[in-house]
Amino acid sequence: MADVTTNMAAGPRGPKPKKAFSRGNIFLYGTLILVSVYYLLPLYVMIVTSLKGMPEIRMGNVFGPPLEVTFEPWVKAWSQACTGINCDGLSRGFGNSVRILIPSIVLSIAIASVNGYALSNWKFKGSEVFFTILIIGAFIPYQTMLYPIVILLRELGLMGSIGGLVLVHTIFGMPILTLLFRNYFASIPEELFKAARVDGAGFWQIYFQIMLPMALPIFVVAVILQVTGIWNDFLFGVIYTKPATYPMTVQLNNIVNSVQGVKEYNVNMAATLLTGLVPLIIYFASGKLFVRGIAAGAVKG
Amino acid sequence: MTVVSDPTSQSVKRPSRLFKNKMAKLASIPMILTALVVFVGGTLWTVVYSFTGSRMLPKTNWVGFDQYERLWSSDRWIISIKNLAIYGFCSMILTLVIGFTLAACLDRKIRFESAFRTIFLYPFALSFVVTGLAWQWILNPDFGLQSLVRSWGWGSFNFDPLNNPDIVIFGLLIAGIWQGSGLIMCIMLAGLRGIDEDIWKAAKVDGIGTIKTYLVVIIPMMRPVFVTALVLIASGIIKLYDLVVAQTGGGPGLSSEVPAKYVIELMFRAQNLGQGFAASTMMLCSVVVILIPWAYLEFGGRKRG
Repeated sequence: MADVTTNMAAGPRGPKPKKAFSRGNIFLYGTLILVSVYYLLPLYVMIVTSLKGMPEIRMGNVFGPPLEVTFEPWVKAWSQACTGINCDGLSRGFGNSVRILIPSIVLSIAIASVNGYALSNWKFKGSEVFFTILIIGAFIPYQTMLYPIVILLRELGLMGSIGGLVLVHTIFGMPILTLLFRNYFASIPEELFKAARVDGAGFWQIYFQIMLPMALPIFVVAVILQVTGIWNDFLFGVIYTKPATYPMTVQLNNIVNSVQGVKEYNVNMAATLLTGLVPLIIYFASGKLFVRGIAAGAVKG
Repeated sequence: MTVVSDPTSQSVKRPSRLFKNKMAKLASIPMILTALVVFVGGTLWTVVYSFTGSRMLPKTNWVGFDQYERLWSSDRWIISIKNLAIYGFCSMILTLVIGFTLAACLDRKIRFESAFRTIFLYPFALSFVVTGLAWQWILNPDFGLQSLVRSWGWGSFNFDPLNNPDIVIFGLLIAGIWQGSGLIMCIMLAGLRGIDEDIWKAAKVDGIGTIKTYLVVIIPMMRPVFVTALVLIASGIIKLYDLVVAQTGGGPGLSSEVPAKYVIELMFRAQNLGQGFAASTMMLCSVVVILIPWAYLEFGGRKRG
C-alpha cells in the first residue's frame, strides 16, 4: 500500500495513478465519500423534511424520502408562519434582510474601497496607525462594543431602525474590506498612479477613472463576502432591531424556537432552507471567487 | 495573514505638504472615526464601565472589582467558561485533524476534487442559525438519529445530546465542526499546494512512507498555516453565540451556556449592565491572551499589526 500511495504522492501536477482500485485508493475515496455523507446529510434532511406532510413525519424518521411530495410547508413558511402576534411568515424577514443588505453593501464597499485607495496611494501621517487599529479591532469580541454602539445609535436616533443596522454592518465590515482593497490597490503598478498625477488628475479623478475600473474583480469578491456575512448575521440583528425590522435569521430563530403551538417540523425546515437559500445560491454561483473571499475574510475569523 | 505586514515604506516620494493630501484625509474620516470612536473608544468605555455598579442604565458609581468578584462566583458564568473550554479544546483538535486530513486527501490528485471541495465547504456559507436548527432537527430524539438507529433493531441506543446536560456540548460540537471545518480544509489545502514537489521526491528516495512523510516532514513545514488556522478557530470559538441560541437555547437548564451568551443576556435581558461589561472585558482579555503570542510569532517581535 505504501508503495502505491507514494507513487501518487508526487504533487498535484503529476500523472494520474495507474491502478484505479488499489487498497490505498479505495481507502481514500471511501473516507472522502463517508465524510461527504456527513456534510450533505443536513441539507438532505432539510429538503426531505420540508417536502413531507406532518402525519408522515410523525410516523417515519427524518432520513426517509417523502412518500407524498407537498410544497405546502414552503408556502406556509413563506407567508403564514407566526412569530408572536405576526402571522405573515418569513416574507417579512426576507424583505427586511434585503432592505438591510443592499444599502449595507453599497455603503460599506464604497467607504472601504476609498479607504483602501487612500491607504495605498495617498498615505498621510498616521494613516497606517488607523489602519492597524482597524485590523486589531476586527479581533476584538463584538460583545465589548455592543453597548457603546447602542448609545451611539440612540444619540443618532437610529436605534431599532434598519438604518442603524446598516451603519453597524458598515462599521464591522470595514476592517476586512479595507484590507482587501488596500492590498489590491497596492498591487497595481505605481507608475500608473504617478502618470495620472503628472497629468494633473486629483484624488477622486484617479479613483473613479483609473482605480475603480481596474478593481472590478475585487468588488465582486467584496460583494460576495458582504452578502454572506450580512445575510447570516444574527447577533447585530437581534440587538439593534425591533420585531418589525428583524432580519430573516432572527425571525427564523423565533419561528422555529417558539414555545407556543404544535411544532410543525416541515414548516420549520422549509423556513430554515429559505433562509439559507441566498448564501447557498451565492456560494454555488460564485465558485472560486467565494474561496477567494473567505481567504481574505479569514482574517476576520 | 501575512498581508498585514506589507512594508509600509514603498517609495513615498510625494511631497508631504499638508494640503496636498487634504482629500485623502477627508475621505478617510469614516475610517478614522470607526477606528477611534468605535474600536478604541467603545472598548475602553466598556472596560471602564465594568468597574461601575450600572444596572439598567450606565452609571458612574464606582464599585472597584465587585462586578468581577460577582462574575466569578456566578454558577452560570462558571458553567459558561467550562463549556467554552470543553467546546474550544475539542473543536480545535477535531477541526485541525479533520481539516488537515481532508486537505491531504484532496491533494492526492484524486478525481472529482472540486466536487468534494464544494461539498466540504458549502456549510461555511450557511449561518450558525441555519446550522443550529438543522442539527437540532437531526438530533431530535423522537424522529432523528436516535430513532433511526433504534429502528435498525438496536433498541437501547441512546444518543440524545439536546436533552442530556452531560453531552449537550457534543451536540453543539457536531454542528460547529460541520459548519467550520471546510474553511480550515481550504486553508490547509492552500498550504499543501505551496509545498515543493521535490520534498515528496526526496521522501520517496529515502523510502519514507506517505503517512510518515506527512507527520514528520509536511506538518512541521506547514507550521505558519497551522498557526493561522488555530487563530481563526480560536477567535471563532470565543464568539460562539448564534449556534447555541438556535440549537439549544442554552439548555437543558444552563448546561450549554457560553460566555458570549452570558454577556448579551445580562446586558439586554437581565438589565445588569455592569455584569455584562465585566464579562465582556473577560472575553477581551482572553482574545488578548491568544493574539499577543500569535502577533509575536507572525511578526517576529516587531511592532504588532
